[in-house]
Amino acid sequence: MGQISLDKVTKRFGDVSVIPPLDLRIEEGEFVVFVGPSGCGKSTLLRLIAGLEDVSDGRISIDGKDATGVPPAKRGLAMVFQSYALYPHMTVRKNIAFPLRMAGLSQAEQDKKVNAAGAVLNLTNYMDRKPGQLSGGQRQRVAIGRAIVREPAAFLFDEPLSNLDAALRVNMRLEISELHKSLKTTMIYVTHDQVEAMTMADKIVVLNAGNIEQVGSPLELYKAPRNTFVAGFIGSPRMNLITGPEAAKYNATTIGVRPEHIAASPTEGMWRGTVGVSEHLGSDTFLRVSGTGLGDSLTVRADGEVNLHYGDTVYLTPDLTKLHRFDAQGLRIA
Amino acid sequence: MARSVTLRRKSLNTALAWAVGLVIFFPILWTILTSFKTEGDAIAYPPKFLFFDWTLENYAVVQERSNYMRYLWNSVIIAGGSTLIGVIVAVPAAWSMAFVPSARTKDILMWMLSTKMLPAVGVLYPMYLIFIQLGWLDTRIGLIVILMLINLPIVVWMLYTYFKEIPGEILEASRMDGAGLKEEIIYILTPMAVPGIASTLLLNFILAWNEAFWTLNLTAANAGTLTAFIASYSSPEGLFYAKLSAASTMAIAPILIMGWFSQKQLVRGLTFGAVK
Repeated sequence: MGQISLDKVTKRFGDVSVIPPLDLRIEEGEFVVFVGPSGCGKSTLLRLIAGLEDVSDGRISIDGKDATGVPPAKRGLAMVFQSYALYPHMTVRKNIAFPLRMAGLSQAEQDKKVNAAGAVLNLTNYMDRKPGQLSGGQRQRVAIGRAIVREPAAFLFDEPLSNLDAALRVNMRLEISELHKSLKTTMIYVTHDQVEAMTMADKIVVLNAGNIEQVGSPLELYKAPRNTFVAGFIGSPRMNLITGPEAAKYNATTIGVRPEHIAASPTEGMWRGTVGVSEHLGSDTFLRVSGTGLGDSLTVRADGEVNLHYGDTVYLTPDLTKLHRFDAQGLRIA
Repeated sequence: MARSVTLRRKSLNTALAWAVGLVIFFPILWTILTSFKTEGDAIAYPPKFLFFDWTLENYAVVQERSNYMRYLWNSVIIAGGSTLIGVIVAVPAAWSMAFVPSARTKDILMWMLSTKMLPAVGVLYPMYLIFIQLGWLDTRIGLIVILMLINLPIVVWMLYTYFKEIPGEILEASRMDGAGLKEEIIYILTPMAVPGIASTLLLNFILAWNEAFWTLNLTAANAGTLTAFIASYSSPEGLFYAKLSAASTMAIAPILIMGWFSQKQLVRGLTFGAVK
């Protein structure tokens, strides 16, 4: 259960095309992340799968059955919203029980499942509170609880962590991954945060202006981005993209080097530049190096205790085995 | 630095608020006081504020001369009926405009409101003729229909604003959770909109209760409400201030009491949406 395929799915709002014809196959039990900048159509795509928006053209099938015209309630999917979308007038218990009540389960069965979900999500002590009396993280857990009791074919997450603070986000990220490992249910997760995408996904779908730029595992995307957009989007800090004569040396229009694949030295190297503002993270230092004559300043990941300071001259050497080359269309040259 | 509010300033504000409140309330207070005066005291100059011969005579006379209970009953039925029907009509209208808006929704709302800008007297003649044709003159049903219609734009607007406040994602969540349109309205939308619907009911009831123009023009003895009851005491042959005041006091007492007990709900209703 939980295999979803999109076949030439199109979405237009009036004359504006948001999703051009798009094909995608999501395998059973996969954790798929839709990632892209805001406005790229990733949330729309999720809402099309959920049935909250109607497709303009094309076909969506769930477990081999055509679900294109099926209302959201009948698709057997569960969704966790960015705003949590809890029912404010119901207690946590009633919120979690709501889908079961709609499905017509007996009170005893409802109680059993709700209590089990509450225990899994550490909500046992909050079952009789209303959403207004909960913290952001707890609300998020209630929203997930409401989704898991349904035992859906697939979970849909729409930027579920973006309203949480940084520490909580890391925690919830792990909890959701944990949940996926234990439930083994298909999950589709929308985010604009490529760190979430890299850490959680089995498969990442990179979207840009409604188009799929690349589909692959996190490491595939990291090691072999199909074009400059994916190259710039995946990886943190972002890949340095260099154009002009330096790229031409490698028979390319653009070359890309990740900050972690450049070695910095105070004495010798391929490119010479000046250290600008640096970010010291303790474990690493991100140096911003300008004046290399390679266009924009370059970002370099150096050791946490590197002895380079603002205004120092620095020599950089890229790891040529990890150099990415792109042609005039921005596509990867193998 | 936080602004320091001195005690002096606070008491000044309080006094000012009371003064404004008193000015607004004064006509009602004066009416109530006058209703306990003799006709002589009622027109005395300089006016007598508290020191006069208190009497209940006016109330006895008013009760004797006209059937207060019938007018009261008419008011209850007409205000209640028009409010109830109005809300039943307005809920689906407001729901569809709030949750499935079309390109013309804003225009429709504006058009509805614009009907309130037309002076009522402008359509009195055609309405009167229609009422004759329908045989609705001086009937409760006629008045219920007309009061429902004149207040409908306000009811739709109020409900629309309340519904707009309910986040669409919550309704979508209920759809994902397996709720159909009926369940969505019963279990999610209505409980969340109850405060809004309640204050709409309340305000509409008060508006209908106090309505005078259509009531005076389209009713006589049978379907007259309390506003017609008051008007019947301002006769051209001579003014009986004390009796008029007694009639007015009796007419406004029920709504005043109701308003007093529901003031929290009313204030919330009227400021809802304005303060976010």
